[in-house]
Amino acid sequence: MNDFGYHFWTLMPRLWTGAAITIKITAVAVCIGMMIGMVMALCKLSKIWPLRIISNVYIECLRGTPLYVQILLFHFGVPGLMNSLDGVSGFYFDVMTTAIVVCSLNSGAYIAEIFRAGIQSIDRGQMEAARSLGMSHTKAMQYIILPQAVKRVIPPLCNEFIVLLKDTSLLAVIGVTEILKTGQIYITTTYAPFPAYIGVACVYLILTFTISRVVNYIEVKWNMGSM
Amino acid sequence: MIEVKDLHKSFGKLHVLTGITETIRDQEVVCVIGPSGSGKSTFLRCLNLLEEPTSGTILVDGVEITDEKNDVNKIRENMGMVFQRFNLFPHMNVLDNITLAPIKVKGMDRTRAEEVAMELLKKVGLVEKAKVYPDNLSGGQQQRVAIARALAMNPAIMLFDEPTSALDPEMVGEVLNVIRDLAREGMTMVIVTHEMGFAREVADRVLFIDGGKVLEQGTPQELFGNPKQERTRNFLAKVL
Repeated sequence: MNDFGYHFWTLMPRLWTGAAITIKITAVAVCIGMMIGMVMALCKLSKIWPLRIISNVYIECLRGTPLYVQILLFHFGVPGLMNSLDGVSGFYFDVMTTAIVVCSLNSGAYIAEIFRAGIQSIDRGQMEAARSLGMSHTKAMQYIILPQAVKRVIPPLCNEFIVLLKDTSLLAVIGVTEILKTGQIYITTTYAPFPAYIGVACVYLILTFTISRVVNYIEVKWNMGSM
Repeated sequence: MIEVKDLHKSFGKLHVLTGITETIRDQEVVCVIGPSGSGKSTFLRCLNLLEEPTSGTILVDGVEITDEKNDVNKIRENMGMVFQRFNLFPHMNVLDNITLAPIKVKGMDRTRAEEVAMELLKKVGLVEKAKVYPDNLSGGQQQRVAIARALAMNPAIMLFDEPTSALDPEMVGEVLNVIRDLAREGMTMVIVTHEMGFAREVADRVLFIDGGKVLEQGTPQELFGNPKQERTRNFLAKVL
């Protein structure tokens, strides 16, 4: 049991270094994912059918395949294809590029559905009132619908953030030294899987718990204003 | 001012408006009555194209609004609408609710827009509520703000879609008073209502709609005092 304590506490500082990478990837991916998600949500609700098809294909493909497969396909599959072309060789993505691109695209698909549901949850009368005052559809969206939708999507968005944070552990397979990979590296040199994996689990738990508390606090604060 | 010719509207297989032809003159107050599901709200909503007519034409000041070449936003600027369920913007206070459209649509500067808004709040008796959010107002107050919001665009025509139907009985009066004032000022208005007493008092003309058609129309004296159609008599017997 002494061994447990030794390994656990020796590994802990390294795990926090890994956690910094996990947080960075998650935060950047969710930010980009929100931009993609907003565009795709508006496309999906658009009157223009080609836009609806584009967003449907995007959302279905990225939600319908495992993130694990997406990571492997992008990191090994795409360079493999490029290198098989004439005159191209040595093409590759560094692991952080893969991490950010794949996680952004993946979370973008989920966030698009969150935004779409948020927009559709706003009472139809709000759009009608805005339009009856002479506002264009775009202005009504900008000033009336989206500001109200944003508040409603905070809880599901927070959930998506936590899911993505946990899912970044899949990036260990391509060698991103995030939390899980850091633990695995420790195991290869010490052969102490139990304290290492307990340590890994603890760090994830601390992060996700902190996020949900912070978001709860923001929600309560916002609700004190109006609505 | 508004000329409606052979207006039809279908929702899928449901034929809601079955040919309405009607002219509403400048400064005229027209009340629309009829049983629920008769198409009276749909008729009103077609007038500012919240519902797209299936066929027929609507001319407002000689402009054919049903023609797709005409800018629907410009047309709506000139027609205020008040809804049964108020539809105030809950994330903005009363003042912002009223000033938003003048600022964002007409490009009015904020100071001027707020002056206009305060004048309108005075008119509807809610000056002290300018900084309050809609959720903290009673139904009657919300509806008065909604009227002020529509008036802020300085429309030539006001459309009312059952403005008192969602109100507690003791609040009906305060909203009707505001509408009554507008009628005195000569605002052109189309009012869908279940308040027969109010219609009789304020209307220049009353339309009785049933089955998607104007079944009978006339001055309040004619329509309430001496209805010609059997359907109108039955309806009035139930509601009066």
